Amino acid sequence: MIRAPLVKALGALGSPTHQMASRAVRTSAMVAQTPAKAPEKIEVFVDDIPVQVVPGTTVLQAAAQIGVEIPRFCYHERLAVAGNCRMCLVEVEKSPKPVAACAMPVMKGWRIKTNSDLTRKAREGVMEFLLMNHPLDCPICDQGGECDLQDQAMAFGSDRSRFTDINYTGKRAVEDKDIGPLVKTIMTRCIHCTRCVRFASEIAGVDDLGTTGRGNDMQIGTYVEKLFLTELSGNVIDLCPVGALTNKPYSFVARPWEIRKVSSIDVLDAVGSNIVVSTRTNEVLRILPRENEDVNEEWLADKSRFACDGLKRQRLVAPMVRMPNGELQAVEWEGALIAVAKAVKAAGGQIAGISGQLADLEAQVALKDLLNRLGSEVVATEQGFIAGGTDNRANYLLNSTIAGLEEADAVLLVGTNPRYEAPLVNTRLRKAYVHNELQIASIGPKIDLSYDHENLGADAALVKDVCSGAHAFSKVLEGAKKPAIIIGADLLERADGAAIHATVAEYCKKLKKPNWNPFNVLQTNAAQVGALDVGYKAGAQTAVKAQPKVLFLLNADAGKVTREQLPKDCFVVYIGSHGDNGASIADAVLPGAAYTEKQGIYVNTEGRPQQTLPGVSPPGMAREDWKILRALSEVVGKPLPYDNLDELRNRLEDVAPHLTRLGHLEPAGDAGAAGAISKSIGGGAIDIKLKELRDYFMTDAISRASPTMAKCISAVNKQQRENEAKQSVAI
Amino acid sequence: MLRLLQPVRSIHLAPILRLGAPLNATEIRKTLKFEFSKDNQRRVKALLAWYPQAEWKGALLPLLDIAQRQQGWLSISAVQAVAETIKIDPMEAFEAAQFYTMFFMKPRGKYVVSVCTSTPCKLRGGDEIFEACKKTLNLEHGQTTPDMQFTLKEDYCMGACVNAPVLAVNDDMYEDLDEKSLSKILADLRNDKLPPAGPRNGRFASEPKGGLTTLKIPPPPPGFMMQKLPDPKKKKCQ
Amino acid sequence: MAAIVRFNLLTKPQIVAALPASLHVQRFQSTQAPPPGTPPPQTKTKFGPLADEDRIFTNLYGRHDWRLKGALKRGDWYKTKEIVLKGADWIVNEIKTSGLRGRGGAGFPSGMKWSFMNKPGDGRPKYLVVNADEGEPGTCKDREIMRHDPHKLVEGCLIAGRAMGAQAAYIYIRGEFYNEASNMQLAIAEAYQAGLIGKNACGTGYDFDVFMHRGAGAYICGEETALIESLEGKQGKPRLKPPFPADVGVFGCPTTVTNVETVAVAPTICRRGGVWFASFGRTRNSGTKLFNISGHVNRPCTVEEEMSIPLKELIERHCGGVTGGWDNLLGVIPGGSSTPIIPKNVCDDVIMDFDGLIAAQTSLGTAAIIVMDKSTDVIKAIARLISFYKHESCGQCTPCREGIGWMNKIMTRFVKGDAQPAEIDMLWEISKQIEGHTICALGDGAAWPVQGLIRHFRPEIEKRMQLHAKRASN
Repeated sequence: MIRAPLVKALGALGSPTHQMASRAVRTSAMVAQTPAKAPEKIEVFVDDIPVQVVPGTTVLQAAAQIGVEIPRFCYHERLAVAGNCRMCLVEVEKSPKPVAACAMPVMKGWRIKTNSDLTRKAREGVMEFLLMNHPLDCPICDQGGECDLQDQAMAFGSDRSRFTDINYTGKRAVEDKDIGPLVKTIMTRCIHCTRCVRFASEIAGVDDLGTTGRGNDMQIGTYVEKLFLTELSGNVIDLCPVGALTNKPYSFVARPWEIRKVSSIDVLDAVGSNIVVSTRTNEVLRILPRENEDVNEEWLADKSRFACDGLKRQRLVAPMVRMPNGELQAVEWEGALIAVAKAVKAAGGQIAGISGQLADLEAQVALKDLLNRLGSEVVATEQGFIAGGTDNRANYLLNSTIAGLEEADAVLLVGTNPRYEAPLVNTRLRKAYVHNELQIASIGPKIDLSYDHENLGADAALVKDVCSGAHAFSKVLEGAKKPAIIIGADLLERADGAAIHATVAEYCKKLKKPNWNPFNVLQTNAAQVGALDVGYKAGAQTAVKAQPKVLFLLNADAGKVTREQLPKDCFVVYIGSHGDNGASIADAVLPGAAYTEKQGIYVNTEGRPQQTLPGVSPPGMAREDWKILRALSEVVGKPLPYDNLDELRNRLEDVAPHLTRLGHLEPAGDAGAAGAISKSIGGGAIDIKLKELRDYFMTDAISRASPTMAKCISAVNKQQRENEAKQSVAI
Repeated sequence: MLRLLQPVRSIHLAPILRLGAPLNATEIRKTLKFEFSKDNQRRVKALLAWYPQAEWKGALLPLLDIAQRQQGWLSISAVQAVAETIKIDPMEAFEAAQFYTMFFMKPRGKYVVSVCTSTPCKLRGGDEIFEACKKTLNLEHGQTTPDMQFTLKEDYCMGACVNAPVLAVNDDMYEDLDEKSLSKILADLRNDKLPPAGPRNGRFASEPKGGLTTLKIPPPPPGFMMQKLPDPKKKKCQ
Repeated sequence: MAAIVRFNLLTKPQIVAALPASLHVQRFQSTQAPPPGTPPPQTKTKFGPLADEDRIFTNLYGRHDWRLKGALKRGDWYKTKEIVLKGADWIVNEIKTSGLRGRGGAGFPSGMKWSFMNKPGDGRPKYLVVNADEGEPGTCKDREIMRHDPHKLVEGCLIAGRAMGAQAAYIYIRGEFYNEASNMQLAIAEAYQAGLIGKNACGTGYDFDVFMHRGAGAYICGEETALIESLEGKQGKPRLKPPFPADVGVFGCPTTVTNVETVAVAPTICRRGGVWFASFGRTRNSGTKLFNISGHVNRPCTVEEEMSIPLKELIERHCGGVTGGWDNLLGVIPGGSSTPIIPKNVCDDVIMDFDGLIAAQTSLGTAAIIVMDKSTDVIKAIARLISFYKHESCGQCTPCREGIGWMNKIMTRFVKGDAQPAEIDMLWEISKQIEGHTICALGDGAAWPVQGLIRHFRPEIEKRMQLHAKRASN
């Protein structure tokens, strides 16, 4: 197995000769990803059909070009080639042995036979060997119905078993490993394809998984009963071609043919990962990634995948109004809306709205329209941003784009931990680190990013140093072909956030390259970019400062607004899905829909609008958020001019036309605030909220309600306690 | 260079950890904590010089071997210490330690008796030698005596097939065995005496027993049958 | 494990290039003279015994001083400087002329293999890796070289290294050979001290280092790419080819992995001339060879003999014959455990060289001859080999990991006879399902002994099954 990190180490540490060597290793390992630049195509024949391919193409890829799929277990497009399952053996004319299609580059004129007797026999043989020690427990296996081994055994295997030794010595049995609360292991089913090991070391950047023992006793395992704890662990479930690694919370829940699948997007971070929501009988059962090369490739972060059980807990299922005794009491919609309308009318335009982390764009537009009609202009996002910086879209976007970061060759992270704030942005950076010699430095506390990087220090003054060109890393950035500076969204909430932003933006103008914008803000909230795009002000304090009589909290659960900051008689209306911080301070609670229950647009950190689709209907009396606002407008007497989603989207098109072109990315210009730099960068250390894995699991109302996420945190804590204990007694 | 080589060559069998006597917790902690000894640190340094600097990882096996010789077996902390020395992930070192059969991840006896029962040895009585060892030591394959003196292993091919049957004790090979010579070797080991290695039937090495069939003449002197080597410089002139 | 190069997995141009030179000769004879580096045609028809002065390993039995002083006396390091100064092309040409084929098992023409390294450099250092991970049951020839003639190997490293333009040699010795490694290490130290290797080796201006690397007990590390992995500090799991080691080998640099014996004979070939070496053995099977004869012979031994010597003569002359006489012979495994067994009637007149044994449906391998007389339980003997392969399979690829385990289960029952006759065919098929489907040649090595057994001793297996069935029914 070629370990990508080693290859990097070769390049980083070694002499030029070693760098060349590492490049050679890499080319061999990554033939798939990096075909030669000068493509003088060669002709090969797959099942007598001529195919033109670039040199270095593997047999498997050449066959794929004409739609011939060669069976495989260990091969995966995004992982290094292992060539160990031998399922992809195919006959090549004049070669006495079949060749492993996944690893063998084609030669000019090769005649590949993917369906000859030799090929079929080889496959059947390999399949027989794989099934020999594989337990026949498909009826109780969670992978059943979506199992590569099952499918390929049907397609390529023999119709009977010759394994007579089942009557004598039986099959191999392997002890299960406890690798954490997310991934369930049934190691007897393992076919040793090592996809999980390669994923862990190449993509996730943790060398926790490995193979121990040898021969028939080879096992996949961790280093001394260690948990496989990473923010990407769930992906090994998808990668595992058999039922050896399965989804623990989902175990024994459903069969794939019983479930309904809805294509949607994830909103628990600002990446906007594309997902498939699996539902049955109005219940979200699990979430799987959906391929999107521009966003999440085919990975999904653990929170996005496993926090879905939080959708069933802490839900607001009926409208509630706070009674004079201080308790919230469930009421009918009519009563709740009338109570809110009464307060609104009494407020006389002194109304404000705060949009939180999970609010969809439709609801944000509706809230803003409603407030405008009521004579208020005070709508703000819960998370802060620099003042006056929201006019220019480039100011708050990840302008290099997520996929673009893969090509970066020098990156400076300022006050951000992409590993936990946006795990799938981090995988891109890691990919660039492994394959593109990316040099990374960070300003902020010391963190583990899963790849080597230089921590320049935590002092905010360093930003100025680097951006003035005086710092050593400035040379790296200035010498890079595609440099990028990524600022954490939380950092810009600081008092000197605007100064940092302006300094970096100014410097980025210098670093700019044709078709490459080096200025990036890494957002953490799925709703933030959309809200700013449709004209929300940044920061909950904007709303607080207005001292409103009525305050609308649209999914605002981060707890940035407290009762004490508001006027005593302020009437707080919470619209949202979970009983969290927002609902606890509300006078009226209007139950909204979660992201799996509504069709709503979210704009990710690079500015790409995408929409969720409803997989289930909202629980109880909960309704889609914009519909609640529409109904309220009716009661208040200022009806909003849209009655269905299409009309609302038309309205959105008037406000922000680029946001209705779903999936499409509108490039923004240069970053830079309108005014002059008002403040200089103050001193003081830069901090990051999500420093460790334990900080990652609960960041919003849904994940805070998720029992699985709670288990993850306690597993991390337990592991740490054990590590500390072990340090005193090392065995 | 020679000075670099010697410390490595003189790796000796370190006193082997004995767990016969009950240990208290602090002692266990002390025993299991691993650090290369001064001598071994010197060896490690010398060894690392043999590999390109970016490739220190290559020294993994020799280093694990040194650690095992120091500790008598390979504890997880020893594996970790080695991994730290050559700056690799502990899992990688652990994978290797598990893969190779000469690494003992559990405490072993002072004398590891490996009997070859592979086909060439079996043909000449390897099975009987193994049975005799089992009986004498009262052990099964892979077991260790309670006094931590012996570990018995049934092994596959020591690479001395013309001297079959073969038995290895730690680093030394005892060849051309029969039950009598075997019992003498085991008796010596019981008395903590390491008998000299080599064949036990009067042979010196791998020559046919009872008289050479080849190499009867003294070795020819230097330059014997030397072909003419035209001077490379002259050739260039032509 | 022997360094079995997957001859039949080479790409086409390489296969053409690797074809024995004599084929080219035949093809081009009418039009042009043979290209340089072609071994002279063999005119002899009778091969062996070898005269003592033609033996390369003069201290095979350790009767003489193995250290530098003794080695110098026996002619090692004699005019090494001159040989090294002749340059890479001259050495490769000499090796090509000698017709030397790799002694590790696959028999790949050595001159050709070494010349693969002489491509224009790209700045990466090149390495010679000597495969001293001798662990194939039956094989113990390299051990004798390393403990009794280590300077032959050190000198060979320098000369082979020069032929490839390598900057250093790593000798990967199996971990169990501790004392052999000590001797080697001492010889290396002596050579360094005498200025024979190291900076300005032998005063040639050529810098060349020789390092020892001890393995830790894994037969699979004898496979060249597994050996490279192991040398890099990883599990000994064979790599996929391509890229071949000559492109990307140890530490990512061009590397050639060569057997100890191949390297150790190189200095003598260079001194006495390729033509001298080619005068032994049949065409395409030139040279002298160390034979290990173990098992049921009266005097098992290691002996250097001429290639193409008849098996019977080899055994009778040097080993005092088969125990109980030639007629008591049951069969012979002629080239180490991975080569198929041949029964007595084939042994009667088989010739010990690459082609002779291929004609007998087996292989020369490492020329480790395991003799079995009629007292042998041949099924058990082969079963023991299969359990060895099961133990040594690295577990990386499916056919080897699962298939050999399965074969082992079946063979264990065959030993008792607890099986159906139909399972013999099944076992044959399983062995065919493994052969050629694995990453490295270990799978082949495990499949061949079973195939040899079934090919020649099927009645024996069936008889045992009948016996078992009868006993069970009683």
